[in-house]
Amino acid sequence: MTRWLPHLFVLFLASVPLWMTDNYILHILITTGIFIIAAMSLNLLLGYTGQLSLGHVAFFGIGAYASALLSLGFEAHIAPGLLVKVLPKPVWFAMLGGIASAAVCGYAIGKLAFRVRGAYFVIVSISFAEVVRLVALNWVELTQGPMALNNIPALKLGAAGLELSFLKKPMVYTLVLAVAVLSYVLIRRLVQSRAGRAMIALRENESLATSVGIDVTAYLVLATVVASAIAGAAGALYAHYVRIVDPDIFLFIYTVTMVIMVVTGGKGTLAGPIVGGVLFGLLPESLRAMAMPPEVQWIAYGVLMVLVVYFLPRGIVPAINERWGAGEATASPLRNLVVAAKARS
Amino acid sequence: MLTIENLDCRYGQVIAVSGLSLEIAKGELVTLIGSNGAGKSTTLKAISGLLKPSAGRILFEGVDITGASPREILARGIAHCPEGRRVFPQMSVEENLEMGSFLRRDAAGIAADKARLYERFPILLERRTQAAGTLSGGEQQMLAISRALMSRPKLVLFDEPSLGLAPNIVERTFDIIRQIRSEGTTVALVEQNAYAALELSDRAYVLEQGHMTLSGPARGLLADPHVQSAYLGTSDAIPVN
Repeated sequence: MTRWLPHLFVLFLASVPLWMTDNYILHILITTGIFIIAAMSLNLLLGYTGQLSLGHVAFFGIGAYASALLSLGFEAHIAPGLLVKVLPKPVWFAMLGGIASAAVCGYAIGKLAFRVRGAYFVIVSISFAEVVRLVALNWVELTQGPMALNNIPALKLGAAGLELSFLKKPMVYTLVLAVAVLSYVLIRRLVQSRAGRAMIALRENESLATSVGIDVTAYLVLATVVASAIAGAAGALYAHYVRIVDPDIFLFIYTVTMVIMVVTGGKGTLAGPIVGGVLFGLLPESLRAMAMPPEVQWIAYGVLMVLVVYFLPRGIVPAINERWGAGEATASPLRNLVVAAKARS
Repeated sequence: MLTIENLDCRYGQVIAVSGLSLEIAKGELVTLIGSNGAGKSTTLKAISGLLKPSAGRILFEGVDITGASPREILARGIAHCPEGRRVFPQMSVEENLEMGSFLRRDAAGIAADKARLYERFPILLERRTQAAGTLSGGEQQMLAISRALMSRPKLVLFDEPSLGLAPNIVERTFDIIRQIRSEGTTVALVEQNAYAALELSDRAYVLEQGHMTLSGPARGLLADPHVQSAYLGTSDAIPVN
């Protein structure tokens, strides 16, 4: 039964556009979905390799900017006397370009930052996000700076006659859901593979992981590349949905939101970022729907966060697993702990 | 089998090992004894590639492995059982064993080795799906040793295997090490429990502040007055094992 629950859940989510006519609710679901994709990618780093990327929003923003720029076309001086001109590309191609750009940046940052780890990685990732934000703000020729990139086209697939346009919310919703499911499957396959075991091993005990022959840096870089590609995909979805991108996309608060989603949901579990994302993505909007004044909304948000962290320090999903012993499909460490606890008692 | 020539290791400006030369023959059980900070663990780390030596050479089966990656050295047949936290705490016992064979690709051989180790340590089979962090200290030690054996090493480096274990478990651990040696695997042991280690070993080296001060057959060192006063307590004291 539990085996089929996730499938039923996805089926239910897929059916939403068929009966949900309220565009406002669809909008909230779309933005929450995009955030959940980003949070899932952060979880790969934070939860499975144990590295805190406090600049994760950089990869999201790079995906958004690269995808938007490729679809709009641009002219910019890369170096004095070197003008690069790119004609507008189809949106699907631009989105792939956005994903690739984020992945390349992830590779570079990973290579650079994982010479050192832990606190230094946190610092490098924060600085990286801030540098990218300043570039987006000041390279007006390329990014329009604070004037923002406007009129970003929506995704269109197929040829004339049989064209799918992802301009309307129900279609965007379906697209976001598809990318989310794809990302989930990809991350699950990765963490359950040999590479995934290496990542968990290095999180648990790095020197021991090295001594059993794991090339720790290589697996950290791999995790960063995959995580930044997925964050880039989320950014590309965002750009072609809201159709305007400005440098505020790189604000630190978005990284913090992702971290909150991952930590409250349960880092290092596949379902954690989804549960945390649904909770903290939908919460602000539902509070608003209850006609609470804004300051009360934020107080409620903060209180709930503190409560979750205080009572469920390892997150909601691990707590549920422990309470009911229903492990994830993986041989999850938490389930092992539960089994152990039962064996002892 | 293993030859170390004029090894120097430093942590930044601090010299941990200086001008160390030693030799381990195939099938031998050799111990490095010495007090805290003598450079014993550093030497093992240099052998297994966890630490790059600043000078000197390390030869394994005639091949220069100085400064090679831990991965490469493990693939050549040297397994390292580091001190301190010995297992991956949140992984199951079985997953811990499998990590030991991370570099191997022969699924059938891995399964056979796993079965053999389970037979040898039935407690591990019993706790197969349990998180390694929930095992007792002695069980974790069995697991750590088993994991090292999963790579089918020719030479195993044990760093302080008795550290933090109850006396009966220490005895058991040394028994296992003796068995491993009798099965043809060469062993290098680092120990503070000098008496037990010397009883077990063929030969030993005494390290003091990064220098080798004494070496020779283990029996001889047990009778050496300097070793007795520095590492075994006074000569008439009853050794605590």
